[in-house]
Amino acid sequence: MAQALDPHAAIATTASGVETDDGPLRTADGMPLARALARSQTQARRRAFLLVLPLLAFVMITFVVPIGQMLQRSFYNDGFSANMPQVSEWFAATEPGTEPGEDGWAALAADLQASAEARTIGVVGTRINYDVPGTRSLFTSTGRKVRDGIEPPYREALLEIDEEWGDPVLWGAMRQASTPLTTNFYLASVDRTRAPDGSIEQVDPRQRVYVMLFMRTFWLSALITGLTFLLGFPIAHLLATLPTRKSNLLMILVLLPFWTSLLVRTTSWMVLLQQQGVINDILVWLGVIGNGGRLQMIYNQAGTIIAMTHILLPFMILPLYSVMRTINPSYVRAARSLGATSWTAFRRVYFPQTLPGLGAGALLVFILAVGYYITPALVGGSSGQLISNMIAMHMTDTLNWSMAAALAAILLGSVLLLYWIYDRLVGIDNLKLG
Amino acid sequence: MALPTYASPLERIWHWAYLVICGLIFFFLIAPIVVIIPLSFNAEPYFTFTEKMRSFDPEGYSLRWYRSLLTFGMQNPDATGTAFWADTWANAKWVNAAKNSIIIGFFSTILATFLGTLAALGLSRPEMPFRRPIMAIMISPMIVPLIITATGMFFFYSNPCSMLTVFGHSGQCGRLAGTYLGVILAHATLGIPFVIITVTATLVGFDQSLNRASASLGASPRRTFFKITMPLILPGVISGALFAFVTSFDEVVAVLFIAGPDQQTIPRQMWNGIREQISPAILAVATILVLFSIALLTTVEMLRRRSERLRGLTPQ
Repeated sequence: MAQALDPHAAIATTASGVETDDGPLRTADGMPLARALARSQTQARRRAFLLVLPLLAFVMITFVVPIGQMLQRSFYNDGFSANMPQVSEWFAATEPGTEPGEDGWAALAADLQASAEARTIGVVGTRINYDVPGTRSLFTSTGRKVRDGIEPPYREALLEIDEEWGDPVLWGAMRQASTPLTTNFYLASVDRTRAPDGSIEQVDPRQRVYVMLFMRTFWLSALITGLTFLLGFPIAHLLATLPTRKSNLLMILVLLPFWTSLLVRTTSWMVLLQQQGVINDILVWLGVIGNGGRLQMIYNQAGTIIAMTHILLPFMILPLYSVMRTINPSYVRAARSLGATSWTAFRRVYFPQTLPGLGAGALLVFILAVGYYITPALVGGSSGQLISNMIAMHMTDTLNWSMAAALAAILLGSVLLLYWIYDRLVGIDNLKLG
Repeated sequence: MALPTYASPLERIWHWAYLVICGLIFFFLIAPIVVIIPLSFNAEPYFTFTEKMRSFDPEGYSLRWYRSLLTFGMQNPDATGTAFWADTWANAKWVNAAKNSIIIGFFSTILATFLGTLAALGLSRPEMPFRRPIMAIMISPMIVPLIITATGMFFFYSNPCSMLTVFGHSGQCGRLAGTYLGVILAHATLGIPFVIITVTATLVGFDQSLNRASASLGASPRRTFFKITMPLILPGVISGALFAFVTSFDEVVAVLFIAGPDQQTIPRQMWNGIREQISPAILAVATILVLFSIALLTTVEMLRRRSERLRGLTPQ
């Protein structure tokens, strides 16, 4: 801080020396004042930046670049092209749709043999398997047979091992995989596929899952945002209008769930909502439902909606509350004294003033809901799964990492768009916690 | 909130209805958390209040699930005295999970708080260039869906040098996945936004002339920082650190993707328990965690009030 003071000190010294000097204002050591100021500002900027730099580098290395690398998998997959160089070259040299001649078959056989020896045949098979399901075993079993050598004519030799090698769909898929860049995973994310002739078509109706999942994710997130608004608005209003002492006390009831572990809250909902759980027991005891008619409130969409609304509610209440606290009550009083009914005063005067908090809360809840994973995984059953659960499934079960990356890219794109809007409307600086 | 004297009967009815609605919403907020506490003392392996519990029969309640937290995974659960505690400390799964959670939480909090506070100090200076985009990048770990973060980290921690291939490096150098360091780094990344937010919030009301006064009285920048700035922003730093700790303590997705069998944490153990076979032992853990969050909440609230008092924001 001491250095930052220098320019001011310099102005003072130079100002006293101005009378004897006709040139531009100079600092004590003779430097033009404008330059000294610019230099000290640059220094201050550099110092501020140096404070931020370690964290920026840390976040870049452990967060931004890894996500970038992961997303690269969505359009870049060299599983085939890197391990099958000769046949990839043959594809590059020929027109799409060319019947493979003996040179093509020879390249394929040589690559299969080399790849089987290098034990990369599984990777190759996996890559083709994404486009033509069920072909991974074709590659691995053929690999085992050709590892110890294969005799020409290669076409007949390979067809003898497996008839499927003659399938034009397979050759079409191999042609597409012969360049590492691909849009196929994005096409698959919107339930589209590339026909052998290169045109884009919808997949079989029974396999159309992703568009439906995206729609469900956005629809449920919107619904949960709406529910948190309905439940959060009265609470925030009550907290904002009560005297400080009382509202601080009631605030604890909002903050305690906020600070409680996500898994704990999800577990409590499992305990409450299950068929042998507390809520069903109470309903049976009250005679609302019979013992045989216990409600199924968990392991379905209802479970996801209830649990997520509860978990995200504080994120709506807190921004609403902080805006409502600043609203001057005399506006509503003025409206009333001018003859407005309490409903009109609320609708025309009070509510519009809460919009900034409402926008902030709604965006925050929606952003968090769209990416939710744990709660739907535990209480969602099959009808309450969101897109995050599909990404996790591709990561851990099907091991189709490129597909996971493509879905993640679309999800990330929509979240970042909302984040940008949030920054525009609310400003990230105004994000408050508790 | 008192009704004005000129309120019409309809407004009075609405006012009371409104209070009842608010009461119900508060009930919705708090009941699910409170209800697990008595259920964790259930003598039976059920998730509901048994006949005996409802009639407050002492036989309906027991500490068996708390005991099972200590014995689950032990080699010899029938041991007594010192042998029991030694066995528990070494082998019990929940105890190990607690140890791991505390170790990982502690170090990731230190890292996040140190880097985050430095950065917040830089970001709060008026001359900071590219303030908005840099802030946006640093807050993004909180905004980006956890599953995406975890997926990216999974690949990165499996082979951390892969990003060096651009510079001609071979791209191979061990792995961070399945190590404590990996999980600590990952959790530090996730905790950083909270530290940035709380510390910059404290610095918003910070009176820069205090620093100038200190400098004009001859203090070095370092002395000014430790004697003037630090004590004033300390409440913000501590509550940021608590947020970072809670984030790490409650995090399961990144742990699922990058931790190995040695880094079982409490949330992961809970996750396994819930997915495989949920028993009231989970409720015992949950109860302990709720008490833990009450303690944390109290601390943070006290810090916040102290900070506001120090900065003179609330004239009390």
